[in-house]
Amino acid sequence: MSDKKNWPLWEIFVRSKNGLEHRHCGSLHATDAEMALENARDVYTRRNEGVSIWVVESKNITASNPEHNGELFEPAQDKVYRHPTFYDLPDEVKHM
Amino acid sequence: MSEEHIKNLEEQFEARIARDEKIEPKDWMPEKYRKTHIRQMSQHAHSEIVGMLPEGNWITRAPSLRRKVALLAKVQDEAGHGLYLYSATETLGISRDEMYEQLHTGKAKYSSIFNYPTITWADMGAIGWLVDGAAIINQVPLCNTSYGPYARAMIRVCKEESFHQRQGYEIMIKLANGTPEQKEMAQDALNRWWWPSLMMLGPTDDVSVHTEQSMKWKLKRKSNDDLRQQFIDQTVPQADLIGLTIPDPDLKWNEERGSYDFGEIDWDEFWQVVKGHGPMNKERMKARVGAWERGEWVRDAAMAYAEKNKNRKDKQAV
Repeated sequence: MSDKKNWPLWEIFVRSKNGLEHRHCGSLHATDAEMALENARDVYTRRNEGVSIWVVESKNITASNPEHNGELFEPAQDKVYRHPTFYDLPDEVKHM
Repeated sequence: MSEEHIKNLEEQFEARIARDEKIEPKDWMPEKYRKTHIRQMSQHAHSEIVGMLPEGNWITRAPSLRRKVALLAKVQDEAGHGLYLYSATETLGISRDEMYEQLHTGKAKYSSIFNYPTITWADMGAIGWLVDGAAIINQVPLCNTSYGPYARAMIRVCKEESFHQRQGYEIMIKLANGTPEQKEMAQDALNRWWWPSLMMLGPTDDVSVHTEQSMKWKLKRKSNDDLRQQFIDQTVPQADLIGLTIPDPDLKWNEERGSYDFGEIDWDEFWQVVKGHGPMNKERMKARVGAWERGEWVRDAAMAYAEKNKNRKDKQAV
């Protein structure tokens, strides 16, 4: 194995059609963003799966730590008043 | 971390899988889970990559443009499947280079089936029909496996795989309905690929070492013997339909079991091929390592070019 520089890893996001969001679909290695786009076309959209591709070098993504999921997400769990079903309305009100 | 703490984490982990929760890359996982997944997923990726070689052999000699574009697309899919699986495996903390290194030094295995030669065009038919057929039976249950990135990669793979089997069976239909020589060619390919395809589904349950743990982690949903029976039961009628004969004199419908009984598999042959003594083991590794080494200057040049471009852009920005 050579100790020369390896191609960096890129995360690939594909919009399947206009109106829908880009979704993460996997990753690949490429020398730069342009090559990452071209390779993503061949690896992830061989059957018309996309109309738009985003590539982000993996090292630029900051991810939350699942071990901190408690502190991060639990505060939302006891806030039932953020949901419409928390509020009592008379039956006569049909649409609200 | 104390031993008790780890034991506690392991119990919670197993409970999550039992509840059908998925495990994602940054989640805590037992070392054994990580290692087992790296082994199975990288071997799966290697199989896709080495699997391109026997078929690549026939691309330039396909008998028509229709067959050629189909075979080319199939081989390209296999490259894609290898790439999905390598990148999914990288989420477990092993680098792409380490995986290549393991393949090229023979430390990592790939599916033994690719160590058989493809000597006639009919082999393209038999591979699509039988080898991809057996692979689909192996892979469909993995769409539900516990490790998220593996399951997602398998969903993509399975979606794309069904055209592979159909194109192979179509080749067999055409040959089986062709001239006597063509039909004989199809029968010969079936004769050579039948038993190796049955072996692809793995050793019998009584000697398979990984089954129990793999079942728990949903790396496996059915035993090797069950998968093999499923493959035989679905494939025999397909051979009958096109007038080809399965090369097994003991093959017989068992009314009571509602399944086919079949003859003894030559497991010595299987282990010989696994250990590196199959007809094409050396040739496949030579082709693979050669491609990697001959491509090195291209990879280096591409990296140098990207760096030059970046430097140029950085300078202009100043």
